Amino acid sequence: MAKHQTPLLDQLESGPWPSFVSDLKQEAEARAKNERNIEYQIPQDVVEDLMGVLELSYKDGTTHWKHGGIVGVFGYGGGVIGRYCDQPEQFPGVAHFHTMRVNQPAGKFYTTKYLKELCDLWEFRGSGLTNMHGSTGDIIFLGTTTPQLEEIFYELTHKHNQDLGGSGSNLRTPSDCIGQARCEYACYDTQALCHYLTNEYQDELHRPAFPYKFKFKFDGCPNCCVASIARADLSFVGTWRDEIQIDQEAVKAYVAGEFPPNAGAHAGRDWGPFDIQKEVIDRCPTGCMRYEDGKLEINNRECTRCMHCINVMPRALKPGKDRGCSILAGAKAPILDGAQMGSLLVPFIKVEEPYDEIKEVIEAIWDWWMEEGKNRERLGELMKRQGFQKLLEVTNIKPVPQHVQEPRTNPYIFWKEEEVPGGFERDIKEFRKHHQR
Amino acid sequence: MDQETANKLVVEALQKKQKTKSKFYFSDLQDILGMKPREAKKYVNKMVEMGILEFWSSGSTTMYGLKGTGKQAAAEHED
Ligand code: HEM
Ligand code: HEM
Ligand code: SF4
Ligand code: SF4
Repeated sequence: MAKHQTPLLDQLESGPWPSFVSDLKQEAEARAKNERNIEYQIPQDVVEDLMGVLELSYKDGTTHWKHGGIVGVFGYGGGVIGRYCDQPEQFPGVAHFHTMRVNQPAGKFYTTKYLKELCDLWEFRGSGLTNMHGSTGDIIFLGTTTPQLEEIFYELTHKHNQDLGGSGSNLRTPSDCIGQARCEYACYDTQALCHYLTNEYQDELHRPAFPYKFKFKFDGCPNCCVASIARADLSFVGTWRDEIQIDQEAVKAYVAGEFPPNAGAHAGRDWGPFDIQKEVIDRCPTGCMRYEDGKLEINNRECTRCMHCINVMPRALKPGKDRGCSILAGAKAPILDGAQMGSLLVPFIKVEEPYDEIKEVIEAIWDWWMEEGKNRERLGELMKRQGFQKLLEVTNIKPVPQHVQEPRTNPYIFWKEEEVPGGFERDIKEFRKHHQR
Repeated sequence: MDQETANKLVVEALQKKQKTKSKFYFSDLQDILGMKPREAKKYVNKMVEMGILEFWSSGSTTMYGLKGTGKQAAAEHED
């Protein structure tokens, strides 16, 4: 018999999708049975009380969690998010229910052994509930009590060689796509860069001194599997600057129906025979492709690297050979000022150890934002407030046509007086020699 | 500036405001110290390490307070 009646939660299980409510019930039951005789360090019925307080919230139409708190592990300003329930008498199991963010390994690669160890630790010292992975990328441990925090941190760092991630006004856990480990599209080693910068910027990650959160995300190609372009203050998107590699024989094979388009990804339905004109050429956003007399041509100068043609015919087309990444700045979710996509800052940069050029860009941006950013102002908002030209100035990057987002939004890169020979003053007499009043 | 002087500056300034405010942004501390952010950060980190200051976090925003003075009530706008 369940500790609390939860008709509103139960209803959620009736939909067509697997429900988190079923997961919660399963964990509640497993903890109640305790077949492995675990000496639970937080209340055994924590999950029941969690369901109870959630049911109450649905009934009341309001949350019963307090806002924030002074919890954490010593010396770290992030990684733990304090959560306290405002109905602790009714639901003592969740009186404290702090979240811990565990910095996921680059590319989210880990062994099942490691995963089991983490789960065992969390079953023992926390609620057993996890979120694999949070939208931040972290492995999220949901719910433990204050005294457990240091214990968990000690075990993570000493036994599992595992750090906490970021939260609050600091660098958030950097996150990347699976990259060259598994994906042939990857134009640079996302895991290497993600791992390197995570280690390099430990101070920024754990000791908050930024105006607000700051995110790095790394995508190996413009398919953007971690959606860096929409979510990261600095997005590193793999790209190339030479020509898309074409295997004309393989193109013909696609046209002849020998290879399934999109590697068979949309094979669940009969779409009729593959039509290269309709499905590739006409869909190219810049209209820079042509298929004539059995030959595919691409005007690479006009290609925006959207990946569409490559995704449809991966055996025939590959990204170019001169590879690196583009850096975009200022994307964010719509908390204060509406959602914003990243703006292109560095059209192309080689991604090579020791990544000095990349670090220069990052640090110049931080210096500017730490100095000029208002409290709780994201980089994208500062860019809007002070202008893209200011960003170019602080990063010492020369304006190029790629910086123009679209004609008539920001076409003017203004000259400053010191950049103009002779300044803005002119000799009126000299001028009048050639121009009448 | 030596750490001692920095500690004194910050503690005095925060104590003065204690009646109305217990949590401060990093930029407030930076203004008290009159330093550039990166420099101020070194002193502030040390104060956390020494147990003079402590972090408060909403999850998305981090603030600082004198150790032991942060009231949870402040987070729910009761003061
Ligand atoms: C090399 C010479 C010139 C350059 C580089 C130039 C450049 C430009 C640019 C960048 C704009 C803004 C376009 C936009 O808002 O999208 C513009 C607008 C305009 N230009 Fe020129 N221009 C040149 C010569 C001229 C001349 C000789 C005239 C007239 C005799 C002229 C008349 C105008 C007018 C009336 C507009 C405003 C159009 C509108 O508001 O729709 N331009 N020009
Ligand atoms: C009977 C003669 C004319 C008519 C009916 C006419 C009509 C118009 C109209 C309807 C617009 C669009 C206004 C808007 O929607 O913003 C326009 C814009 C403009 N016209 Fe004319 N126009 C005439 C003569 C001229 C002449 C002789 C010139 C130049 C010597 C001229 C230069 C312009 C310019 C530069 C604009 C763009 C203004 C801006 O967008 O800021 N027009 N005109
Ligand atoms: S972003 Fe590109 S490189 Fe990375 S996993 Fe996705 S398709 Fe592959
Ligand atoms: S990558 Fe996109 S823009 Fe470039 S040629 Fe292919 S479809 Fe066109």
